[in-house]
Amino acid sequence: MSASNAKRGVSFYLLAAFFTLFVVFLYGPMLIIFVLSFQGETGGLTFPMRGTSLHWFSDLFSSSRYGDLAGGFRRSTGLGLMSMTITAVCCLFAGLAFRSRFWGSGTLFYLCIVSLVVPGILLGLGISQFFQILGFRLQWWLSGLGAHLSWTLPFGLLIMFAVLNRYDNAWDEAARDAGATPRQILGWVTVPILFPGLIAVALFGFTLSYDELPRSILTVGGKNTLPIEISNMTTNVTTPALYAIGTVTSFVSFAVIALAFGLIAFIQKRRARA
Amino acid sequence: MSGSKLVPYVQAAPLAIIMFTMVGIPLITVLVISFWDSDGISLYPMFRWENYTEILSRGLVYDLFLKTFIYAAITLVLTILIGFTCSYFLVFHVKNLKWQIALLLLCTVPFWTSNIIRMVSWIPFLGREGLFNSTLIQMGLIDAPLDFLLYSDFAVILTYVHLFALFMLVPIFNSMAKINPNLIEAAQDAGAGSWMILRDIIIPLSRTGIALGSIFVLTLVMGDFFVVRVMSGGQSASVVSAMKNNIDQLYYPQASAMAIMLIAVVLLIVAAILRVVDIRSELAK
Repeated sequence: MSASNAKRGVSFYLLAAFFTLFVVFLYGPMLIIFVLSFQGETGGLTFPMRGTSLHWFSDLFSSSRYGDLAGGFRRSTGLGLMSMTITAVCCLFAGLAFRSRFWGSGTLFYLCIVSLVVPGILLGLGISQFFQILGFRLQWWLSGLGAHLSWTLPFGLLIMFAVLNRYDNAWDEAARDAGATPRQILGWVTVPILFPGLIAVALFGFTLSYDELPRSILTVGGKNTLPIEISNMTTNVTTPALYAIGTVTSFVSFAVIALAFGLIAFIQKRRARA
Repeated sequence: MSGSKLVPYVQAAPLAIIMFTMVGIPLITVLVISFWDSDGISLYPMFRWENYTEILSRGLVYDLFLKTFIYAAITLVLTILIGFTCSYFLVFHVKNLKWQIALLLLCTVPFWTSNIIRMVSWIPFLGREGLFNSTLIQMGLIDAPLDFLLYSDFAVILTYVHLFALFMLVPIFNSMAKINPNLIEAAQDAGAGSWMILRDIIIPLSRTGIALGSIFVLTLVMGDFFVVRVMSGGQSASVVSAMKNNIDQLYYPQASAMAIMLIAVVLLIVAAILRVVDIRSELAK
């Protein structure tokens, strides 16, 4: 094995080539549609580019052919922000609770795993029928939000476990010995130390909700989220407008990811200096 | 001290309440409805086994399960190969921790973007007039465009691998990164070749990651209805896509019965994997 030698063997370059191919495989198709979304007005779904324009972007929001994209975008960001907040708060406290064994902790853990494993559309069916049996109307901000939380919370909890793995409970005890109240410990010790991890949980909370499709379809009621609108477009729309919405929504995702990474890096840097 | 004993219950309560109302009760609802009757307009609460016996008596369901298993198996093999190779490169060849993290994050970023868009992005690449076909024709390798690239099983599996490889890569990377380098050095000193080290040390010690990744990939493939519908051009169906058709026609009890059978199969597979590898105790290490 060349790993322990300073010199890089053939296997290093073969593996590096494989890894590079994998990265190209991950990003290549996406880059192609970003380019194609700037097609000229007469351009089609594939190359060649017939000029470049912003036509398909303006078409997205001016034409009614594509459904309610602006409304879908509003609802999806709203749901994303709500899921993000609830996921971060619930998973922080649940993660702290799971440090000790309590009655029902096993059941709760397995309920979370089941929620990850079960096909999303089934859970959506269950939630929508449950609401209908109770006589509640399906609303994106209630049943839709609940469906999203069934997806973001288990992920958030697993990440919280990983974050808390590196948290030393002695820090809490030291604060307690110094006379801090539980609320002070939480606000001045636990949360500040865990903050970068909480940003990661929040990132998952937002992006998983913002892009969620299978659990949303049956639970959002009459008003669609953006992924539902886009999924409808995949069967109806045969113009580069489909790629334009892809570019727009990917840009939103990338901005959110960059914001989260930037925040984490900023905090780490400040800590390194302190 | 009885006050502090209550603390974990209060802390876990919000999660528990949401999970119970949004996962526990809905799953029970699906189970209950699977015994009801429906005429495509309204539901009739009762207890009958007909939804199940009807599905099992039709041959279609076996084909659907077989097809779903084949998709899942091929995707699983490919993602394990990719995930293992990439993790091996990152852990044992990229020595610098900063580079390791940066490259892993590079692979993770697409995970936070839209699956639908990532799926759609294969269309200009694979289509009859797509990039792949036109390149091959220009190079003179083929005369007519290859038809099997898009709207086929090939496209479905390619998309699955593209979407889900990450769920395999990250867990395998995690368990591989925990392997003590001294162990490998000791084996080298004892005269083990790199192939032997791979077979006797690295693969066995990566099994938790492989198992965890397999659970993710299997359940994601088996729960999919959207990729199979779009990327096969409506020619293929999986268990869930057939169920989605039932739902669209408002045959909820039939869909629920199929759902319960699928959940049972999925949970059996997950339990079997957990039997081979005790993920919980391994994760705690």
